[in-house]
Amino acid sequence: MVQYASAHLDSAFAALSDATRRGVLEQLGTADASITELADRFDMTRTGMKKHVGVLEAAGLVRTEKVGRVRTCRLGPQRLADVSAWLERYRRMWEERFAELDLVLEELQQRETSDDRHTR
Amino acid sequence: MTATPGNAPTARTTIERTSDRELVVTRTFNAPRHLVFKAWSEAELFKRWWVPKSVPITLLSCEMDVRTGGGYTLVFSHPAAPEPMSFFGKYLDVVPPSRIVWTNEEAGEAGQVTTVTFEERDGTTLVVVHDLYPSKAALDEAVASGSTNWNDETFEQLDAVLADEGGR
Repeated sequence: MVQYASAHLDSAFAALSDATRRGVLEQLGTADASITELADRFDMTRTGMKKHVGVLEAAGLVRTEKVGRVRTCRLGPQRLADVSAWLERYRRMWEERFAELDLVLEELQQRETSDDRHTR
Repeated sequence: MTATPGNAPTARTTIERTSDRELVVTRTFNAPRHLVFKAWSEAELFKRWWVPKSVPITLLSCEMDVRTGGGYTLVFSHPAAPEPMSFFGKYLDVVPPSRIVWTNEEAGEAGQVTTVTFEERDGTTLVVVHDLYPSKAALDEAVASGSTNWNDETFEQLDAVLADEGGR
């Protein structure tokens, strides 16, 4: 079993509990962006976006660098990979269960349909 | 992946850690709610799907008394475990066909409370599985120990297994 340092994951999970922040990470996964660009894309004020980026930065999920008047945001070092890999495995466990449940439900529906036919 | 006609594009399992104590899993099923509830509340049906196929675990017994105040005991064997493992708890609230709430007591006080809701939408059923842990530390511990994901290795193998089978 992989042992994750849970303190390490705490702040990352808290940072990821917000839809905008997850969106920002997804966005930064495709390209670096300034606070202004992120604010525009998520339709919020620069101040609001700064707060979100601050939370992500504190969790180590994002790094920022100020050059002149522009603060550029990019993904932080590999922490997101830890968190999302764990969530993805957990999701797959459920997906696997649910694929079997689909089969059970299909059978129940067929049974119900044929029962209907018998009683009519 | 299972290709179930009609629901494949929407049959996406989502997962979210909605707070430091909560995990939420959602999935829509292409079946009416009373049948989905039945598959969650009758042991004979439940045991056919609960154990993920790629996990080397055998469900030895499954007893479920799905009504408010009832209890359940699932006994599994695992090649790495010398003794069978029991998972047990109580049903805190059961409202057919819309809701089942149970405790997970094998972990003592660190166990989560699981709430499953069933919501019918035009002949399909949205299932929401909500796990509430007693503390942030308890959920972190579950993550760290891998108890929520059974075993990391098996999931790494899953892609290969699914690719081999090519769907049913």
